[in-house]
Amino acid sequence: MDSSRRRVLQLFGISSLALMTRPVYNALATEKHAQKAKEQMIRGDKALTAKQWAMVIDTRQFESAEDMEPLIEACNKIHNIPHFENQRHEIKWLWEDHYHNVFPGKGARFLSEAVESRPFLVLCNHCENPPCVRACPTQATFKRASDGIVLMDFHRCIGCRFCMAACPFGARSFNWRDPRPFIKETDPKFPTRTKGVVEKCNFCAERLAEGKLPACVEAAEGKLAFGDLYDPDSEVRELIKTNYTIRRKQELGTEPCVYYIV
Amino acid sequence: MKDKKLIVTGVIIFLIIATFPFWYNRGKAAPMPELELTAKAKAAKVCVRSTEYMRADHMQLLDKWREKVVREGDRIYVSPSGKQYNMSLSNTCLDCHSNKAQFCDRCHDYASVRPYCWDCHLDNSKEKT
Repeated sequence: MDSSRRRVLQLFGISSLALMTRPVYNALATEKHAQKAKEQMIRGDKALTAKQWAMVIDTRQFESAEDMEPLIEACNKIHNIPHFENQRHEIKWLWEDHYHNVFPGKGARFLSEAVESRPFLVLCNHCENPPCVRACPTQATFKRASDGIVLMDFHRCIGCRFCMAACPFGARSFNWRDPRPFIKETDPKFPTRTKGVVEKCNFCAERLAEGKLPACVEAAEGKLAFGDLYDPDSEVRELIKTNYTIRRKQELGTEPCVYYIV
Repeated sequence: MKDKKLIVTGVIIFLIIATFPFWYNRGKAAPMPELELTAKAKAAKVCVRSTEYMRADHMQLLDKWREKVVREGDRIYVSPSGKQYNMSLSNTCLDCHSNKAQFCDRCHDYASVRPYCWDCHLDNSKEKT
C-alpha cells in the first residue's frame, strides 16, 4: 500500500469522523430515552420514620405466658409464621423465655422471685452493630440505613446460616421445610417464606410503611413502647430515662435496641 | 482416504440427528398463547406502564420494585402518567390480573420460563383453575 504522508493524514481524518458518530448517535438516542422513563419510587406519606427504631418492654406488666399470647399470636398471624410440632424446625419471630435464658450471667444468687418466675418477651434486637449483617456473605440481611431496622431480603438468602451462628440472641430461624402447609391461616397481604431461607422479626417494616405501629406493640395495649431511640422526646427515651432498664448481652457490644424494664 | 465412505456416512448420520428437531417440528410451531384480561384489567385500560413496556420488560420493573421495597422501604410507585401504585406483586399486580393461570402462567409456559416468585409470594387469584 502506498503510505505517503498525504494518505496517512487522510486516514486519520476519516477515522476521527467515524469516532464522532457515536457521541452524535448517543445524543439523539438519550433524548428519546428521557421521554420514556419518568417513573418514580417514593415512600408513602403516612410512613413512620426514625433514625433508629427501638422498643421498651415493661416486663413488670407481664405476669404469665398467657399475657404474651395475644402479642405472639398477632405477630404469627400477620407474618404467616408456620407452626411446627418438631422443636428443631420451629420458626420464631417473637416468643417468650425464662429470665436465665434471656439474661444469662445476670442472675443474682437469691434473685427476686417475681423476676425469676416472670416470662420475658424476646425478639430480634435490631442491634446498632449487628453481627449477623457482617456474617452474611450475600448481604441478604442488612441494616436499613433509613431507620436502623435489621432486615432480611429473602430473595438473596442462600441459607448458609452464618447469621444464625453470628446472632448471640438466637433470634433467627431456618426454614428446614416448606412452611406453607404449616401455616394455620395465610394472610394474603404478606408473603410466606420458602424452604432454605433464614427468617426473623422485621420490626413490622411493612406496617411502619403504612403508618402503623408493630403488631405486637398494638396488641400489647401499652405494655410495649416503640419509638425513635435518637429522638430525645420520644416515648422510648422517656421510659429509658425514668426507669431502670437492662438489655440482653450488652457486654458483647452489639448495642441491642430492645430495652427491658425489670 | 480409504475410509472415505465410512466418514461421509457418519457425517450424514450426524447431520440428520443434529437437525432432527428442526425438520421434525417444521410448520408445527406452538401458537402464541392468548392472554385473558379480567374485567377489572379491561376497565383500567392501562397497566402501571404501557402494554408494550409491560410485555417486554415487566421482569425488570418487578426487579426494581423488589429492590426498592425490600432494601430501601420505598413502597409507592409513581408511573410516568403520575398515578400512584403500591409496589406489590401479590396485592397490586394480582389485584387486577386476578387470573394468574390465564395471564401469567400461559405466557411463562409458552416461553418456558419458571419464575420462582410464587414459592413465597402468594397467588391471591380469585379465579383459580
